[in-house]
Amino acid sequence: MAERPIRVLIAKPGLDGHDRGAKVLARALRDAGMEVIYTGLRQTPEQIAATATQEDVHVVGLSCLSGAHLELFPRVVQLLKEQQADDIVVLGGGTIPSEDITALKKQGVAEVFTPGTSTQEVVEFVKRSVQL
Amino acid sequence: MEPLSGIKIGGSSVSLAERVLRGDVRATGRLISLIENAPEEAEQELRALHAYTGNAHVVGITGSPGIGKSTLTDRLAKRWRKEGFQVGIIAVDPNSPFSGGALLGDRVRMQDLATDPGVFIRSMGARGRLGGLARATHNAVRVLDAAGKGVIFVETVGVGQSEVDIVRTADTVVVGLVPGMGDDIQTIKAGILEIADVFAINKADRPDANRLVIELQMALGTSGNADTGASARTEGRWIPPIEQTIASTGEGTGALRKAIADHWEHLQRSGELETRRRARYEAELQSVVEDHWRKRFFEYWQQRGHWEQVVEQLLRKEIDPFTAAQQLLSPFLDSEIGG
Repeated sequence: MAERPIRVLIAKPGLDGHDRGAKVLARALRDAGMEVIYTGLRQTPEQIAATATQEDVHVVGLSCLSGAHLELFPRVVQLLKEQQADDIVVLGGGTIPSEDITALKKQGVAEVFTPGTSTQEVVEFVKRSVQL
Repeated sequence: MEPLSGIKIGGSSVSLAERVLRGDVRATGRLISLIENAPEEAEQELRALHAYTGNAHVVGITGSPGIGKSTLTDRLAKRWRKEGFQVGIIAVDPNSPFSGGALLGDRVRMQDLATDPGVFIRSMGARGRLGGLARATHNAVRVLDAAGKGVIFVETVGVGQSEVDIVRTADTVVVGLVPGMGDDIQTIKAGILEIADVFAINKADRPDANRLVIELQMALGTSGNADTGASARTEGRWIPPIEQTIASTGEGTGALRKAIADHWEHLQRSGELETRRRARYEAELQSVVEDHWRKRFFEYWQQRGHWEQVVEQLLRKEIDPFTAAQQLLSPFLDSEIGG
């Protein structure tokens, strides 16, 4: 089979219950031809990393609006590394201050998208970072 | 993207198949991707796994969208886990015919299972491949079987032939229905009654649950039987039990689990398991041979540019399709067996 759709996990770590953004993005990625696995609210980093390896995704998109991103995002990166899955690209999204973005990138988060980002931008970034 | 097969993860150069047998989650995920993306490459790995398969009880769970398949699967998986079984789950969802993408959301109902190391869940997009989907699902089941999962659930929307083909690869088929969704008539039309080994009337706290049970019994010809919940068996013949469940609370899922386990026992005791598996292997062998054969045939003639030429001749009535087929096949037929 020639077609190899990009597989993306959209996950919401942390305790906030705002998943509108995550769902909008999930649909945008689907409409761009990707297979998007959505796992629902309040996921632990352990759940996210286990899901990412079982589903063998290329990209994990983390959405967090609770303010705990500095804890949660790097933890996912670390767990993926422990599971020999550090080739999976980790992206972050949410209300994240710019100084935190630098810190997150240092810890292995490939890119962070803040409110106002168009879904198209994210779609393009995912496509570029996977390079099928 | 890096090549899928022969990958070296963490410096190891052991084959994917070997790592699957060792229970390596990463390798298991990778091999299923390979099955989906590059079936021919996957064959190399699957060859090594076949000897380790056949131990798992494969349970197909099907039914219309929204009847609670994922929640039922989640409940059942937990019940089997409690009994000490390792569990595999394959959730198949359709892809958009427009973008080719898919939103695979079955895991939302299975959140607690994600961190249980005894459970492996894989979401698969149908990707518009017709016959190939059943094969891909079957091979994914084969991987989980070899990885030591004692029970494997294959969850799929019960509409369309390809889905029916998928659940047919299961040992036990559970058909889920919900009262008041017009399911009764729909399913009878779709011929899904015939493939069901167990019925689950989910959301049984809704009105009309009993009516649906009665309608089903009438359709199955078991209406004379008073004990609706229990499996009615006569002369060793399996009569699909009808279980009422409320998956959201877990109510009735214990009885459903028992009905599924009973069917498994019935399959083994009656010898039907071997009959079914024999038929399945035969069908699989046939389809693999056909695929390889077809591929070789078309590659041969397309490379020679001869295919279009013959079609042109047919159009001009210079040759008939039967003679043409004979001629095209002749280079492949050994003189001894081809005659």
